[in-house]
Amino acid sequence: METIYLDYNSTTPVDPEVIKVMQHALAENYGNPSSVHTLGQKSKTAIDAAREKIASLLGAKATEIYFTSGGTEADNLALKGAAIALRKKGNHIITSKIEHHAVLESGNYLEKNGFEVTYLSCDKDGVVSVDDLRQAIRPETTVVSIMMANNETGSIQPIKEMVAVCHEAGVLFHTDAVQAMGKIPVNVEETKVDMMSLSAHKFYGPKGIGVLYIRSKTPVAPLLHGGSHERRMRAGTENIASIIGMAKALEIAVDKLEGEHQRLTDLSEYFIDRVKTEVGEVYLNGPVENRVPSTVNLSFKGVEGEAIILSLDLKGIAVSSGSACTSGSLQVSHVLEAMDADTLLAQGSIRFSMGRYTTKEQLDYTVSVLPEIINRLRAMSATYQKAD
Amino acid sequence: MSHPGKTIKSILVAMSGGVDSSVALLLLKRQGYDAAGATMKLWDYTDVGGDVERTGGCCDLEAINDARAVCESLDVPHYVLDFSGSFKEVVIGNFVSEYFSGRTPNPCVLCNSRIKWEMFLKRAKEIGCDAIATGHYARTGYDRNSDRYFIQRGVDDTRDQSYALWGISQEALSRTFLPLGDITKKETRRIAAEADIKTAHVAESMEICFVADNNYERFIREYSDHDIPSGDIVNERGEVVGKHKGVPFYTIGQRKGLGIAHPTPLYVTKIDVDNNRIVIGDKIDVNRAKLTVSGINWVSSPPRQESFEALVKIRYQHKAQKAQVTPMDDGRLSVVFETPQLAVTPGQSAVAYDGDTVLAGGIID
Repeated sequence: METIYLDYNSTTPVDPEVIKVMQHALAENYGNPSSVHTLGQKSKTAIDAAREKIASLLGAKATEIYFTSGGTEADNLALKGAAIALRKKGNHIITSKIEHHAVLESGNYLEKNGFEVTYLSCDKDGVVSVDDLRQAIRPETTVVSIMMANNETGSIQPIKEMVAVCHEAGVLFHTDAVQAMGKIPVNVEETKVDMMSLSAHKFYGPKGIGVLYIRSKTPVAPLLHGGSHERRMRAGTENIASIIGMAKALEIAVDKLEGEHQRLTDLSEYFIDRVKTEVGEVYLNGPVENRVPSTVNLSFKGVEGEAIILSLDLKGIAVSSGSACTSGSLQVSHVLEAMDADTLLAQGSIRFSMGRYTTKEQLDYTVSVLPEIINRLRAMSATYQKAD
Repeated sequence: MSHPGKTIKSILVAMSGGVDSSVALLLLKRQGYDAAGATMKLWDYTDVGGDVERTGGCCDLEAINDARAVCESLDVPHYVLDFSGSFKEVVIGNFVSEYFSGRTPNPCVLCNSRIKWEMFLKRAKEIGCDAIATGHYARTGYDRNSDRYFIQRGVDDTRDQSYALWGISQEALSRTFLPLGDITKKETRRIAAEADIKTAHVAESMEICFVADNNYERFIREYSDHDIPSGDIVNERGEVVGKHKGVPFYTIGQRKGLGIAHPTPLYVTKIDVDNNRIVIGDKIDVNRAKLTVSGINWVSSPPRQESFEALVKIRYQHKAQKAQVTPMDDGRLSVVFETPQLAVTPGQSAVAYDGDTVLAGGIID
């Protein structure tokens, strides 16, 4: 059975071009970039070229690109690193309730270590309000972290406006752009963010590699101590092949962005329409506009998510409920909870996330198997009553 | 096995991560069923305490990983189903409250009827499976004459698990496969080894799964939100002969750990919760011929009104003995053994057999 992959927000397959450059790098660039000999310097040149390329694609300078082990490390470094570096200035941090766990748990850790953290809520579309942010800023606030696009609903946050509010108050702004990169335009010159997290495996690159963009002169304390790698920001021998692969993946993603955005907008509108027609009593979680189009989070009235996921999997269709890190439990997603979604509806929420290899035929097949699954579950459901 | 009116094509196998359920899956797959595996996550070490390093229990991460690896090697899907909330409420809750009531619970019986053959079966149906299967050593099938689904002892007498399955409803039994009922444990191991199943040599756990260190006292103390008072141990004449640690820590027929020197063995004969006393006596004082049984589930036999003779088993290790079983007006059963039996223990299950066939079961009052 061919797998129909509709879980691109969890991770993406690696682009064949990326595999090619990584294979080459694994074979050729084994020299340690810190070594003085030619072999080492060859590796150094290769990662510097990758850094240059990534910087130019993001509107940044090469010296502002720091390689990490992925999005989680980038988020940890941004929040903890900046909070610690600015501790003398203040101990208050602001983030939101809809962030990825890498941000939420970093906040939680900081709270246990003497910091105060405000978690902003969001509206029913999953968007955090600029006014709420403005009101939450105090004299002792040092860092604000709001994601660019939400992983569960695809809701796009008003980052540019938030950055303006923060900079007016002299507060640093970090954004987790892991779910935005490759799906909507991401440019630090345009948004003026101070820090930004990226993860390669969300844009058809390898797992285990990411970026924290840190604007020049932004105070951040390193979390990993050791050698002088990454300008003393992140010790550890560089993951050369992955860095090179990530640069290639980013290049392709940016190149394809406009075309893919349009194609996925059309596909997702088509998919939502067809599911609503074929199944009925289906609700879109998150905004209709201002959404990463490839993220389609649907609630099916009267049924819970896990049963749908398993049923779809048995039909060869891979989807998630909420974020991959929390699925497997019947807890309502923290994102839908913050959106004040109806609990019963939230339990039946499924995230279909599309990507580069998603086709209309795959969506048609998905729509063709959904009614049987949903009808079966509704027939067995204790909470489902058909609307009149 | 025949299932009248039901066409069974797809089966969800409850995978514990041990050899038995692995072979159950293998056998069903060989028979051509569309099989999938699922491991129930019933508890978490953070909840139940005990030794986190210990492995071999059905819900530790390694067991789940083993089950997943077996499914992968047999090219069937594997899922983890989290029933820990219900398990805590239904099974662990009952386990603790029964001990506090001076009774000795059998959580496996409750887990089978309420979790495996209710929630797991429901989830199986929800995802489009027609039936479930487990690696229990017992047989099940349909008897046309009585129009009943039956449970029988497995052919491996040393492994028979029919005793713990008496609580399954007829509807659930109509959607149940027990592929190991017809083979011995030895054959199971052989099949697993021949097929090079990863779990072929996994040691089995005989303890209650969620009391990972087999230390009931530790578990009950940690689970209970109040101090458990100690009290007197008295003899049959009411004379104080020692101190007990708390009534939940004793069971009828218990001989060890009483801390009383006596020329002949002494046994717990009664747990007197109201007076916070443990009563002890000689072996003859623990013998009982009569008992009553509540919460009856009629399995292979339709509900009866008339008294009948049966072989009755009163705990997992007990050899079923001849008894007269009489339905009472309130739905309970009265059981009178031909010869008195050692340690009739309230909270344990009493199961009535006709030869190898489970007629009915219930909980001893």
